[in-house]
Amino acid sequence: MVNDHDLPLTIARIQFAFTVGVHIIFPAFSIGLSVFLTFLEGMWLKTNDNRYLNLFKYWLKVFSIVFGMGVVSGIVMAYEFGTNWAGFSAKAGPITGVLLSYEVMTAFFMEAGFLGVMLFGLNRVGRRMHFFATCAVTTGTLISMTWILASNSWMQTPQGYVIDQKTGRFLPHDWLAIIFNPSFPYRITHMGLAAMLSVAFTVAAAGAWHLLKAKKSGTQADSTIRLMFSLSLWMIVITAPLQIIAGDMHGLNTLKYQPAKIAAVEGDWTSETRAPELLFGIPNMKTERTDYAIGIPLLGSFILTHDINGKVPGLKDYPADQRAPAPIVFFSFRIMIALGGLMLLCGLWSLWLRRRQHLFDHPLFLRVILTMAPAGFLALLCGWVTTEVGRQPWTVYGLLRTKDSASPLALSSLSFSMLFFVAVYLFVFGSGLLMLIRLLRATPEAADNTSDDIMILGSHHHTISQNKDAS
Amino acid sequence: MSGLAFYLPFIWAFIVILAISVYVILDGFDLGIGILFAFEKKPEHRDIMINTIAPVWDGNETWMVLGGATLFGVFPGAYSTLLPAFYIPIIIMLGALIFRGVAFEFRIMAHSPNHRAFWNTGFMAGSTLAAFCQGCILGGYVQGVHTSHGAFAGGAMDWLTPFSVLCGLSVVTGYALLGTTWLVWRTSDELEARCRHWSKKLSILMILCIIAVSCWTPFLHAPYLHHWIAFPNILFGLPVPLLVALAGFLMWRTLDKEHAITPFLCVIGWFLLSLVGLAITIWPYAVPPTLTLWDVASPVPSQLFQLVGTVILLPIITGYSIYSYYLFRGKVTKTDGYH
Repeated sequence: MVNDHDLPLTIARIQFAFTVGVHIIFPAFSIGLSVFLTFLEGMWLKTNDNRYLNLFKYWLKVFSIVFGMGVVSGIVMAYEFGTNWAGFSAKAGPITGVLLSYEVMTAFFMEAGFLGVMLFGLNRVGRRMHFFATCAVTTGTLISMTWILASNSWMQTPQGYVIDQKTGRFLPHDWLAIIFNPSFPYRITHMGLAAMLSVAFTVAAAGAWHLLKAKKSGTQADSTIRLMFSLSLWMIVITAPLQIIAGDMHGLNTLKYQPAKIAAVEGDWTSETRAPELLFGIPNMKTERTDYAIGIPLLGSFILTHDINGKVPGLKDYPADQRAPAPIVFFSFRIMIALGGLMLLCGLWSLWLRRRQHLFDHPLFLRVILTMAPAGFLALLCGWVTTEVGRQPWTVYGLLRTKDSASPLALSSLSFSMLFFVAVYLFVFGSGLLMLIRLLRATPEAADNTSDDIMILGSHHHTISQNKDAS
Repeated sequence: MSGLAFYLPFIWAFIVILAISVYVILDGFDLGIGILFAFEKKPEHRDIMINTIAPVWDGNETWMVLGGATLFGVFPGAYSTLLPAFYIPIIIMLGALIFRGVAFEFRIMAHSPNHRAFWNTGFMAGSTLAAFCQGCILGGYVQGVHTSHGAFAGGAMDWLTPFSVLCGLSVVTGYALLGTTWLVWRTSDELEARCRHWSKKLSILMILCIIAVSCWTPFLHAPYLHHWIAFPNILFGLPVPLLVALAGFLMWRTLDKEHAITPFLCVIGWFLLSLVGLAITIWPYAVPPTLTLWDVASPVPSQLFQLVGTVILLPIITGYSIYSYYLFRGKVTKTDGYH
């Protein structure tokens, strides 16, 4: 299907999807976790309850690894626009490059500048200043999210520009319109909640693992673990329903500004009123129909327009060369929705168990929560696939085509970089994941014993000697 | 060309050179410490070396992201031609920086000595390779990039020449020297003594590199030579080699004495002078030898909007970066690490 001419472009796209897909996990993790850490430290300062401090130290180690991986995978992104997407950079750089620079100046430096204090400085600066540093890092992650989503949203729903007739470049005309473009408020809310929800499920799963382990050995998990588990489930109870509302609003916004994307997501070929919602089907781009479709009557119109008589768009409304690859977005969207539903159910189940005072000892619930550890991140990735693949065949929606955005690179160069990135990422981030799991298998109390400071450089000596004792 | 369209790229060229200089110096000693892992095998010394940079290296590396992002926003024509031109060394450099960056965390949290040894090697190899690639990119940049209609039109391996390899080796040497002099300042006892010793050897190597690159550069393109010998440029150019000699002299003298920070400052001087020399050489090209700063610049509204932010934010960034350095100041020793 892919001919030789398209192959470099296809590799460049796969490479971008791969590198950004790996990268996005870490900033999302950092955003959610830094908010959680701020909460923990704040509670510690307020209540003087050392359980909060122990939890803070415990998750701070995780944060330092996740943040580090986010930084190194992010540098790749800052250069990949130039290496692989020179056409895009040359034309859209005057807008997206400027937004990215603001991100670096307002967020990255702030995070990096205060991270050292947050990790190593508790005994140097005192509690208040340390809390300030934690807040600064958290604020940095949120500012970073704001700029990058402004930039991404502008590519989806561009406005505030004029196109230079001579060079084809996007010339900024109104910066406020560029930043506060129509999809930005919905996208940033959806993304922010996704980050919180993802981290809540990770924390909950770590708690569930310790609770199950304690149960197995016939002991009761200590109160720090129970506190952590309880906090994370409250977080799920609050954010899961909010996320569903935010997602619904984001969908309405997309229907208004990018109806062709919605048509691809829904697998709808002809525009119609009283449309069904397809639960399953295989959209066929050649025959222009969705095979093996199973749907619920009227639900499609109702979900998209909040009216069973509402009119939904169809892919045939758009020329064939302006349609997103429906099979990909059809499934990524449905996986996201299914995971979202499961997450909501987990939250409701936790409320029920909490009421019956079985939150910490219901084996099936604990196992389900453990299994759901990656659910938030999976849903987040599926969401990104939906919105980014759904933007195709454009980089700047309706204005700049993906094929006109690529760099003039030889197939050999692209193949080299693709293999190189896959090898490096799998090895490095695979090692990182193993290291995270190892960290989470320790209990928060162990984190407390290591020293009087939060993070001690060279604390490996301790770990190594512990291992020796064990063996 | 109207006033702003003429002056803004000029201001931005200054800011970009500043950001690159800050990056080269700050991450230069981080990378230098990684390079020195090849020679310093003692675990306690390695821990001390890492501890001198652990709280600040992340901020140092951010200057590189700023450099990339600024090119993207302000000189998109340079960003979109230079990055494809140096595709291979940039990709390798990014991979090397990934190894270097995660090795910081992973070596601390390693669960076994073997595991730790592996990440130590990763830290060393990543730092060295990243430094070498940066030098190759610099050399390839100075020797010029083939463009057509404002886009890169050369081959994937054009950058690889004896000159760019020399530049690669020079940068590795220079970063190692930045690392040793940084450690002279920030460590004590045996490690400090060893670093003073290394600094001497490396400074001889470094001055040879500076001479070799400086003598070779003017003959890469006819205009380069012209820049240096034409009047009145020679008046600006002449002090550069003199100042290099002066800084070298001062460093050599202070390495034998109790001076802690002076050698480090002298090496910084060398780097800044080299960069100034480079700027004089290639002026006014952003993509030598075809595209000038004005050819590759963003439209005025982009440059202006970003300038407002930069003027406000850079001093603030500098402020809290200095605070962070201040907080973790002083000699780092085995016992008082971060207690």
